[in-house]
Formats: sequence, structure tokens, C-alpha cells
Amino acid sequence: MKKRKERIDRGIKVRSGDIFALCSWREMLYLSGPRLLPLVGCALLPLLLGTYWQRVLLSVAVFGLLAISWDILAQSSMVSLGQALFFGMGAYCAGAMNHYWHLPAFVTIPLATIMGGVICTALLLPVLRLRGIYFAMVTLIVPLMLVRIIEASKIFGGTEGLSGLTPLPSQWIELYVSLAALLGALFGFRRVMSSDYGLVLKGINDNDRSVMNAGINIYWFKAQALFLSSAVGAFAGALMTHVYMFVGMPVFALDYSILPIAAAVVGGPGSLAGATLGAFILVPLSEALRALGGLRIVFYGVFLVIFIVALPEGIFHFISRKYHQFERWVEVEK
Amino acid sequence: MNSAPLLQVVELSKAFGGVQAVNRISFDLRKGELLGVIGPNGSGKTTTVNLITGFVRATSGKVSYKGQNITNWAPYKIVRLGIARTFQMVKPFYQLPAFKNMIVPLYSPRVKGLAGGKYGDRNAVALDLLEEVGFERDAQVAYKVASVLPQGYLKRLELAKAMALQPELMILDELFSGLSLAEVASIVPIIEKLLLEGKTIIMIEHRLKELFRIAHRVMVLNYGRMIAEGSAKEVMENDEVKKAYLGSEE
Repeated sequence: MKKRKERIDRGIKVRSGDIFALCSWREMLYLSGPRLLPLVGCALLPLLLGTYWQRVLLSVAVFGLLAISWDILAQSSMVSLGQALFFGMGAYCAGAMNHYWHLPAFVTIPLATIMGGVICTALLLPVLRLRGIYFAMVTLIVPLMLVRIIEASKIFGGTEGLSGLTPLPSQWIELYVSLAALLGALFGFRRVMSSDYGLVLKGINDNDRSVMNAGINIYWFKAQALFLSSAVGAFAGALMTHVYMFVGMPVFALDYSILPIAAAVVGGPGSLAGATLGAFILVPLSEALRALGGLRIVFYGVFLVIFIVALPEGIFHFISRKYHQFERWVEVEK
Repeated sequence: MNSAPLLQVVELSKAFGGVQAVNRISFDLRKGELLGVIGPNGSGKTTTVNLITGFVRATSGKVSYKGQNITNWAPYKIVRLGIARTFQMVKPFYQLPAFKNMIVPLYSPRVKGLAGGKYGDRNAVALDLLEEVGFERDAQVAYKVASVLPQGYLKRLELAKAMALQPELMILDELFSGLSLAEVASIVPIIEKLLLEGKTIIMIEHRLKELFRIAHRVMVLNYGRMIAEGSAKEVMENDEVKKAYLGSEE
């Protein structure tokens, strides 16, 4: 019996332009598989891991959120080096509200998400006209300035920070809330970015004059993208404040700016899924290398370079391309 | 024609450092008119368009549209009034299919306003508009990614993007440049149709023969100055114009 190879996705695509006409369980699985995998994975993974790796998973979710936040901005023409600003702003908003007003975590986290988004957007509003490296420079500097302001003026506990904050009810809640937020942001913002609204945002990145020429105020749209992105980052910060029961100057550390960018670049920018995947690879990798002590950062750096050189398009785009090229053996009809 | 001018440009000037790119240009444009703007390279044609559409700030002078002073307004505000332009260098979103390129102009607040607060199905509107400018529906050209489309289609896409904004005044910046004779011949009827619909058009062109067939009036620029204005025939008999195009005889 002669056999030949056939692409799995061809049949689906031939039958439909935009609408998917699914004819078998296999085809449904083909389309839903990549979407179900992260859902099922995030639901089961915490149950299979020990306490230590559960903490790592929490860290993955936080850096994943920051990487998504970076990717939203990058797709809307703003390259940021300051995700720490969003993270820290959310952290301080939640911490201050809990410390001074004794608001519970389920109130401070949503409030801090919105407040952080609004404050960060307002802070960066004056530089919205800057592009590329100029915008990046400002986002890099602002969190560093805020640290010094807190240090000098001793507000919010100064160098000591605010400690003894209310923790979340249990470790499971911490973990599942953060993973749910990660998946929510991933699927939600993927949908936003592929809508007509997202097309306008991406259009600003591609060619802002062309968007301006459509009678669209690009600065208003950039401000909206900035709010969405900083709200995601602020949520991550607010959550971690309640996990650590502490907020202090380290929330503005450079780690929160650089690692998300590395995750997005390694995973593949422009898809949000790439940014998430990058966080799932880099954060555990960094933990696994802890045994190497001082040489950890060297190996980590080497891995980064290998990833970027070998797969410049990003791991996610590579996997996604291969997935669409899957073939199966079918009988040749005589 | 005794109505008030749609567009009025008074003593408009722009200096880039020491270079006077546009030097005190004045002209009126009435509704339904097609004004051709010609001139050698670097004579200030595109800068004039950029000044009218707000992409470049004027050094001095005044632009008014329907009696409203719009000098140095932000480009997006000018577009919302009903002035749409095309770019000389086509600027599509290369990785998107042609019809998805139309989404951004169809997202314009102007389109929403004219449609009474509703956008409708942008994809369907995009395909209709593209068919109007010659993207054959049967050949599925509109679904092709912009980066594989030939220059002729990209220019038509640029025109369709301006049409999507339902403008009253269209400024077409060298729409014919880089196109074959056949391609130009297929775009001319589209422009004639726009005129019949009552649109007012400014066309910057180097392809004089095709322009003179459809233009009501022609304006000639040289070194940022307007050196002649009138019908195509009048303009081409002007000595200064001959000198600018052919060089002086001495």
C-alpha cells in the first residue's frame, strides 16, 4: 500500500477562509490543543510540584505577566526598559493601601492594578512623543529616580519599606491567582491585539504617519496601550507585595525590567505567547543554575546567546511554524 | 463658480534652515475642482501638501478650509475635517493582507461619525472599496499580503485608503509615478469618477500628459515659488515654465 505525507492543517484551511469548518475530532484537537495545553498545564502543574518549585512557578507567572506587559508596549511602538516602574508602582500602591488604610488584599490588588496603570501612564505621558531608544531611556531612568526619591524623602517607610502586610489566605490561592492572571492576560490581550483595535496599535508601530493620516490621534492610542501594559505590570507588583508581605525599594530593581525583555526576546516577541513561553523557560533555568554559584550568570548568559543566535525569530514562532507543518501518512488513492 | 473657496491658501511659506522650500504660495480651490500641481524636483510640491495637511509646520502664512483657519493643526484633526492625502512613497503595512491595510483608515473617527456612530463590518467595506479601485475580487488580490503586491496595486491601495475616509478634498501626491501607461490608464477613470461624485482633488504629478487630460487648472512651482497658474495650455506657453523645465536658453 503506497502512502504519502499530507499536511494536517491544509484540509481545514481549504474548507474555510475565516470560519473553521471542523470535520473530525482530530481537527478539533489540532486547533484546540495549543490553547488547551497551557490551560491544563497551569491547572495541574502546581499539584505535581514540591513547595520550592511552586515558588518558582509563582515567579514564572510574575515574570510572564511582565513579559506580556513589555510585549504589548513593544507591539504598540514603545520599547520599554522599565517594566520595574509598572511592577514597583503596583507594589507600592498595594502596600501603602494595606499598611495605612488596612484594606484587605482582594481590594488592594485590583485597586493597585488600576492606580498603578493610571499613575505610570501619567508619568510617561509627557514622553509619549519620543520614539525608539529615546522612549526606552526615559523608562529606564524613571524607576531609578523613584528609588532615590523614596530613599531621600523617607516616604512609605524609606529604605526600610513597609513590612507586616496582610498575606493572601493560602499559598494555593497565591499560585492559582497568579497563573489565572497570566493565562487571562495571555488569551485576553492576544484577542485584543488581533482585533481591529490591536491592528491600529500595531499600525502605529509599523508606520505612525499612515495611522495619523487616517484621522486617528496616535498619542491617545499610545496612552491606552501604555495603560493596559502598566496595569498588567502593576497587578504583578501588587500580588507580589502581598506574597512577600513586604514592599520596599527592591521592587524597582533592574531585574524586573531586564528579565521580561529577555523572556520576550527568547520566546519571540509580537505574539504574547512567546513572551509567556520565554518566562517559562528562563525563570526555571535561572533557578536550576543556582547550584553553579558565581558562575550562574555566565551560563545563563551563554544560554541566552545560544537561544537568540539559534532561533532569532523566537522559540514560540519556531514551534508554531513547525506545528503548522505537521504531516501525517495517508494512503495514496489509485 | 461664485461660491466661497473650499480651500484657501494665503502666502504660505516654509523655510528649512536657510532653504526656502515654499515661498509665499497663495491659491484658492473651489468645490469639485481638480487642481494639478507640477514643477521640477525639489520645487516644493510635496512640502506644500505637507503644510496643508499639517505634517510640517508652516513658517508663515495661512491655510483655511471652509472658512476655518487650519494652519498648523495636528494632521489627525485636519483629516477629520475631510482632507485626505496619499503619500508619494507608498506606506502600506507590508506584512498584512491588502484588505487588512484598509482597517486603519476605516477605524477613523471620521468614518464612525459619518456612519452615525457605527463602523459596520470593516472587512466587507474594505473589500468593496478595493474592488472599486481595481482589486479584482475573483482574482483574490485583496487577500494577498501587501509585500508581494506590485507597485500598481500598492498605489491603488493608497488611493483606496484615502477614499475610505470619505473625504471632500483629496490630495494625491504623485499617484502615477512608477506606474506603467496601462496602469495609469486604468486609474484615470477612478479619478474621473471621484470628480463626478463631487470630490475636490489636488494632484501632484510628473506625468503631465495624463494630468492635463483631467485637470481643470494647473499650478507650476519652481524653487518654492508659484511661477504660473491657469489652464494646461496657458501654463505650458508661459516662458518661465519653459525655462524651469527645459533650462534657460542663454
